Amino acid sequence: MEHVGIEPGRLHFSWISSAESTKFVDVAKAVSEEVMSLGPAARLVKKRAEVM
Amino acid sequence: MERYTEEIRKRAGNLLKEGKVDLFIGYAGGSVPMMNRPILVRRPEEAELLQWDSFCGLNLANYLTGCKERIGVIANGCNSRNIVNHIVENQVKREQVYILGVPCTGMIDRRLVSSAVGGKDILSVSEENGTVTVETAGSKEQLNKGDLLQQNCRICTHRNPVIQDEMIGDPVEEQKGLEPFADVSEIEAMAPGERWEHFSRLVSNCIRCYACRNACPLCYCPTCFVDDSRPQWVGKGSDPVDTMTFHLMRAYHCAGRCTDCGACERVCPVGIPLRQFTRRLNRDAWKLFAWEAGMKLDERPPLDAYRPDDCNDFFR
Repeated sequence: MEHVGIEPGRLHFSWISSAESTKFVDVAKAVSEEVMSLGPAARLVKKRAEVM
Repeated sequence: MERYTEEIRKRAGNLLKEGKVDLFIGYAGGSVPMMNRPILVRRPEEAELLQWDSFCGLNLANYLTGCKERIGVIANGCNSRNIVNHIVENQVKREQVYILGVPCTGMIDRRLVSSAVGGKDILSVSEENGTVTVETAGSKEQLNKGDLLQQNCRICTHRNPVIQDEMIGDPVEEQKGLEPFADVSEIEAMAPGERWEHFSRLVSNCIRCYACRNACPLCYCPTCFVDDSRPQWVGKGSDPVDTMTFHLMRAYHCAGRCTDCGACERVCPVGIPLRQFTRRLNRDAWKLFAWEAGMKLDERPPLDAYRPDDCNDFFR
């Protein structure tokens, strides 16, 4: 995704077991913080069709 | 080239006559020059229709999916690699296919021929020893085949079939000393914004005809995600975001499987260099897993197998 120009940091992958609740919380926090800092996405966002 | 055509006709005819195969898949001349089409031959006498030249760029592995019969098939480097893919992915059994191997010296991009003669109507194209003779209404021009090759053929390092039952002609020398992923590095050198602009511009002419998907031997899903309507994963109109989603998803589906045969680019009616989407994934497969698709029958593809030494931390 970065290769086509989606900002680095907007897409995350992780491997979390159903038993790793604390890891899930940590990852979710880290991801939302990083994405928030990037601001609203401008690329690959589908806008509602304009109706005349 | 003519010698290969004669050999292919003879051997395909024999295979059908001897009952070794039920049908033979090869190429036949198209209704206009440079537009060879795939052909399924069932009777020995029809083998005369078969042809081999530098316009056999469509991938024949596409026609093997789910076949129950015994099939003879012509295979150069990329065809053979996609046949390996098909066998590894259980789309066809090894013992079902009889592979007639043909060494390949690259396929010609018809658009380059067309522009080399100034867009004039082309009446016929023939080639001999690396020289291509193009006949138009008022002239006859001689061109160098090396200048007309498809982009993927210029960096190809597997011109000879990787798997075959019988070989036609001697193997050709493989190209060496090439920088295989120079195109990927070029894009990587751009800033994220530039890259987005670049890829958006690439697909801006896309008419969503799905010719790339149809020509791709990897795209054999019974229902493609773009055709699904419940749920509808991606919009069917010409919205730029939907178009980009289609191209990105299609590329991802080819990760670790693409043999860079160039069929997608060849068939695109608006000339989108579609390989730019799959190339990065091919490089990743090579860099991270030392993997080239369709080379081995006895090894699972990297995205299909767990290895304790996986390159990603989160995976271990």
